[in-house]
Amino acid sequence: MIRERTLNGLVLVLLLAVPLWAMFNDQPFTITLATRAVIFALAAVGLNIALGLGGLVSLGHAAFFGIGGYAMGILAHHAQTYTPVMELPFLIEGTKSMPVIWLVAMVTSGIAAFLIGILSLRTAGVYFIMITLAFGQMFYFFSISWAAYGGEDGLLIYVRNDFPGLNTLVPINFFAICFTILCLVLLLNGLLARSPFGLALNAARQAPQRVQTVGLDPQRLKLVAFVISGVITGLAGALFADLNRFVSPTMFSWQMSGEIMIFIILGGNARLCGPVVGAVVFVMLEHFLGGLSEYWHIYLGALLLLVVFFARGGLVGLIAGREVAHD
Amino acid sequence: MSLLTLQNVKASYGSSKALFDVNLTVSEGEVVALMGRNGMGKSTTVKTICRMIPASGKLIFDGQDLSSLGSHQAARLGIGLVPEGRRCFADLTVTENLVAASRHGPWDLARVAALFPRLDERKHQRANTLSGGEQQMVAVGRALMTNPRLLILDEATEGLAPIIRQEIWEAIAQLKNETGMAIIVIDKSLAELGQVCDRATILERGKTVWDGAMTDLTSDISERLIGV
Repeated sequence: MIRERTLNGLVLVLLLAVPLWAMFNDQPFTITLATRAVIFALAAVGLNIALGLGGLVSLGHAAFFGIGGYAMGILAHHAQTYTPVMELPFLIEGTKSMPVIWLVAMVTSGIAAFLIGILSLRTAGVYFIMITLAFGQMFYFFSISWAAYGGEDGLLIYVRNDFPGLNTLVPINFFAICFTILCLVLLLNGLLARSPFGLALNAARQAPQRVQTVGLDPQRLKLVAFVISGVITGLAGALFADLNRFVSPTMFSWQMSGEIMIFIILGGNARLCGPVVGAVVFVMLEHFLGGLSEYWHIYLGALLLLVVFFARGGLVGLIAGREVAHD
Repeated sequence: MSLLTLQNVKASYGSSKALFDVNLTVSEGEVVALMGRNGMGKSTTVKTICRMIPASGKLIFDGQDLSSLGSHQAARLGIGLVPEGRRCFADLTVTENLVAASRHGPWDLARVAALFPRLDERKHQRANTLSGGEQQMVAVGRALMTNPRLLILDEATEGLAPIIRQEIWEAIAQLKNETGMAIIVIDKSLAELGQVCDRATILERGKTVWDGAMTDLTSDISERLIGV
């Protein structure tokens, strides 16, 4: 068994090494695959804050992924068509600036997470799962009916958005942006988990009534975690839309929510790099087995069963063992 | 002026009535023993003070009405609870248990470590790997980290080895002598209660049946009302 911290370092080094190798060997598609894995990992790290730390089994995180995606799609669409997003009561122009798009994606998904969280957190258990799923589906069907932005067909973006000082059309540059964001979010996640807030949230997950007797409001703790989680997943959605230069209602679908959860279960719930490992394995299976059969999800299902039955800590738990305190 | 006042407090679990007429007062710096046979309403009284179950009657803490507050709001006012059965956060380490509960005030990790040196030696250990006595110390330390004005210890020494019980009682005495914190203690050990408590309130079938100075608690009264 190796220590989890060592494993986390190895995972990130490998994730960085593969696209670097691909760059020197002129394999841009491999870089795009790695970028896809990194963005999925980012979305799952977001969900892991709600699920792993807060015990909130959200089946509606695609809502935030989609909101982030559409924030990018709408702003970039108006920038490329030279039309304003809105003129009244005040003028909002489109933009191709990635930092501005990320900010909008994070703010909008944060607001959505706050509103969904306030209502959903009145429930618990299976009802919480269902109510988050219902919100996700509401966004899904709304996006289908939103003809101004492509409706069911989605929205095609012809340009890659800009990042100051970088040519984002070069695959390795876009990978570098996504990888840096993932590392920063992992750092934030690690610090959050050890902070008094993270510890209180963990305690609230274990015993909600008991934390009240030490003056903590478990609902408020969970709401904050849900909003942070939604913001990160929204950012991932904006990057995903930029990677594909396309947004569609699929980003809001319940299958997307399920896939984000699968990344966590595969890699290891509440483990720092569990979502990263899960997303990488998912993208590899999708790529290698998807080329052999369109029914590759059968193999994914089998792997998921094996992990659930024999590796409750996910693949990270299988390799690094049970989480050790202060590891 | 009393820090905590309970007057004609009634409480129930659903349709099952548990408290009929509880009266209790605790002044600043006072240590009060809440006594009674099993099932007489001691823990239920604690739950009403901590707002874990609804109750009617007058519940005043530091001049504020507790009856409209939630459990976390009561704790924020300064009511610290060491619950029956320890109930630490099992997956957190000793330090994490304490930090999760910490609120601004004189009690911090160093002060808790000074009160329970044993905890300092185990600070990186998960709570569920500690002995029962050590878990109890974590529970007391966690309540102190909220910097309470009133500390409630519900059967804090139950089921512990004599040497650990002694450590817990010494800690309670130290809290009384050095901090002037108001404390409510529920325990079955009359001898130890007699050493640290100023007053006693005895409950019988959900009612306060005796209240007075610990020195006035004669063996006749204790035998009749507590069975000890």
